[in-house]
Amino acid sequence: MKFFKLILSMVFTIGIFYVLNTKIGSIPPLGKFLNPTSGIWQNEVDESITGEIKIDALSDKVTVKYDEYLIPHVFAQNNHDLYKAQGYLTAKHRLWQLEFQTYAAAGRLSEIIGEGALNYDRSERRRGMGYGAEQSITFMKKNDPVTYQFLEDYAEGVNAYINQLKPEKYPVEYKLLNYKPEQWTPKKTALLLMYMTKMLAGYDDDLELTNVLRLVGKENFDLLFPDFFDEVDPVIPKETDWSFIDVPQTKSPEKSFVLDTIKETIEKPNPDNGSNNWAISGKKSVTGKPILANDPHLGLNLPSIWFVMQLSTPNYNAFGATIPGALAVISGFNEHIAWGETNATRDVIDWYKITFNKDRTQYKFDGDWKDVIVRIEEIKIKGKKPFIDSVLYTHHGPVVYDKNFRANNERSGYAMRWIGHDGGNHQKTFIELNKAKNYDDYVEALKYWDAPAQNFVFASTEGDIALWIQGKFANKWEGQGKFLMDGSNSKNDWQSFIPKEFNAHSKNPERGFVSSANQHPVDEKYPYYVFNDGYETYRNRVINDFFKRKEKYSVEDFKELHNNNFNLKASELVPYMLQNMNTSSLTKEEIFILEEIKSWKFNNDINEVGPSIWRQWYGNLYNILWDEFDNDSISLTSPYTYQTIYLLKNNGKHKFMDIVETKDVKETAKDLFLLSFKKASKRLQELKKERGDYKWVNYKRTYAGHLLQGLPAFSRFNIPIGGDRNIVNATSENHGPSWRMIVEMTSPPTAIGIYPGGQSGNPGSKYYDNFIDNWAAGKYNNLYFLKANETRDNLIGTQTLIPNSNE
Amino acid sequence: MNKNILNFIATIILSVVLSLIFPWWSIMVAAFIASILFPLKNSKIFFVPFLAILLYWGFYSYALSSINNFTLAKKISQLLMLGGDPYLLMLVTGLVGGIAAGISGVFGKQIINTLKKNK
Repeated sequence: MKFFKLILSMVFTIGIFYVLNTKIGSIPPLGKFLNPTSGIWQNEVDESITGEIKIDALSDKVTVKYDEYLIPHVFAQNNHDLYKAQGYLTAKHRLWQLEFQTYAAAGRLSEIIGEGALNYDRSERRRGMGYGAEQSITFMKKNDPVTYQFLEDYAEGVNAYINQLKPEKYPVEYKLLNYKPEQWTPKKTALLLMYMTKMLAGYDDDLELTNVLRLVGKENFDLLFPDFFDEVDPVIPKETDWSFIDVPQTKSPEKSFVLDTIKETIEKPNPDNGSNNWAISGKKSVTGKPILANDPHLGLNLPSIWFVMQLSTPNYNAFGATIPGALAVISGFNEHIAWGETNATRDVIDWYKITFNKDRTQYKFDGDWKDVIVRIEEIKIKGKKPFIDSVLYTHHGPVVYDKNFRANNERSGYAMRWIGHDGGNHQKTFIELNKAKNYDDYVEALKYWDAPAQNFVFASTEGDIALWIQGKFANKWEGQGKFLMDGSNSKNDWQSFIPKEFNAHSKNPERGFVSSANQHPVDEKYPYYVFNDGYETYRNRVINDFFKRKEKYSVEDFKELHNNNFNLKASELVPYMLQNMNTSSLTKEEIFILEEIKSWKFNNDINEVGPSIWRQWYGNLYNILWDEFDNDSISLTSPYTYQTIYLLKNNGKHKFMDIVETKDVKETAKDLFLLSFKKASKRLQELKKERGDYKWVNYKRTYAGHLLQGLPAFSRFNIPIGGDRNIVNATSENHGPSWRMIVEMTSPPTAIGIYPGGQSGNPGSKYYDNFIDNWAAGKYNNLYFLKANETRDNLIGTQTLIPNSNE
Repeated sequence: MNKNILNFIATIILSVVLSLIFPWWSIMVAAFIASILFPLKNSKIFFVPFLAILLYWGFYSYALSSINNFTLAKKISQLLMLGGDPYLLMLVTGLVGGIAAGISGVFGKQIINTLKKNK
């Protein structure tokens, strides 16, 4: 009996230990997680921002001054120490995010989350994310050991933080998922840059468009997906003279389409990933100084993608938004210049059909056979055996789809040609921009930039403004890369690249301002093939019209434009629908809603109901109009909004207007207006019941979700902000202006900026999400541009990083 | 002094000291040792170490989070579906530690009993 009790109590003891020490489902190991000596209670801390910290790797003292927003102002004595300090401080405030993003980039999430992430990881591996990062590292080691050394410095800084971090101080997400940080390496920076490349320029519809072409035929395709819309307001003004370009566009080979059917494609980045930027010249500015603005539109997450820092050495002084994992300021300013980026949505991904030999060791190319290179991807899975995936590489790039992944033909596959795999030295562009003093330095810095293609806006204290659409672009033949191509014919390969000096750009244009909002880079007169890869057509026109309205503009005008909620898209269709819709069959409730939208002035302000009615109405209209594209058995994409609205207004009797399901009726655009309005009204009345009303704020419910699957406890919901996609204030549900910056080019520059988050990555910090309310209200924080020995009232602490002096 | 009180105090002191060496299960080791040094009877075998750690962890977690306005405690409480109440989270924290300590106290006592019987 005694023995029985002993055994029983021992079993219980071991049992309770096991239960409290093990992650069960989504429940963290509770003993480990909750105990006050090393669990989450240890994360319930204020920021440590004073005193001295010894860091072995440093060669000299680094002073870090924190202002009231917890923005670190870093004063180092040399570049190496500066990037060590950047790595250290980024890790200190954003360690979990810093690591998590590179796990995501590398397709390693299964390691920390488990099998649920395997599909995601496989896609990332097959997309060649790790391969691309390795190419960059090889390229840098060979061509630019100086920049590579800076990556090493950054890594040393991150690791200095990780190595002195006691387990009880691990960020709370590590405790929740029950794992620990690993060492940082330069490859992780390369992975982060790949992640950005994918996020910003990883969108393409070539395979979907191939399916569409096969489905509707060439004539219909050209109507639905024209290369240029009837009207464009491109990034580079139409009146630009291109006569300096003396390298012609590649001649078209005899065309042959490969009209394969592709069932399912890999996940794509959000097509709304885009941005605004603009700058006005001194002549257009109230104060006579150029003013520049930038607001990148990305997913709204916590911790935010941006971390604001001032980074300076005795030789230069840069300030602005950094991205955890990348070196230097990404969107910001220094004493002489300011810069910012928007996405140049160019087609930098093409697809090739590959024909293999019997055992898939070779593939056909120009009547010969070329060897396949196999890259083994080992995906570690938490609590399971690793998954091994063999990805076949051709000279085009990785064969993403083959018999092992989302395709079923034994002898063929689809290879991806992506500029992101070509290696490169993109980090150098930012390092050089941080130091740049004038237009020439800016142009020099951009030479290193290949991908993701960006519109780099520029302004200087000397009075110049400029905008370069920079990237490494293939010089394509007319139509190349719009659809799947035959990978066995060398004529389909990218033949050459557009020399970078012929990339579209504009310096001090006559009109006194430059701007970009992801629209068409150029009009038809640009001598190279530019294909419409989903360009924006609304924000650009609102911005450009804004700057044509009066003579001079101020920082206040810039703020107004950032927060501009005018819905140009709705204003171009709603009046037409109201005029042409037959309202005789509407019920009392529907007429009420009709009256509501009639009185709407097309502003997506939070208290309007118009935006909600429009969203429902247009959403339903779009879906029933393009019912032809609603097909589960193949991957398709439906036409862009601009062309949709154009067709509704100009081609209202086209056969696509007809609803396929209703065989005996032939609908026209007018019928669709009514049908969709009725559907919208029904949904809106339901919403009214569920939520009390359908005011825009209550309809949209903007939120910033935690990076880890949007954990509600660490997220912010119901953020009261207007706007929507295709509006200058591009805030939709979970996407929008992730950083807003305005810089006036006084000497030194005066700047304001804000982002929807906070400087700390710790959900237990008051600095975790403290900018969100002001961001939503359209307010900004002053960016205090400090000099090395300057002190100010709004500094809340100074910390000194000191080398371990053994000399 | 009453053995109950001695066990109670020993459990807490050992927990504090052992937590410098061991992770969270230092409280289990502490309760185990205390139950051997100061053997108790009946339900007290469980409840004295249980109460000791309940109070130790409960108050310690209160002390840590009160200086930060319970910012994180509220969120973790929401995360664990405790409705965002930080005090409930402290109670759960105390219960988790208390149960672990109580059970390991029982185990210690059983070892003593078994050894005694064998003599």
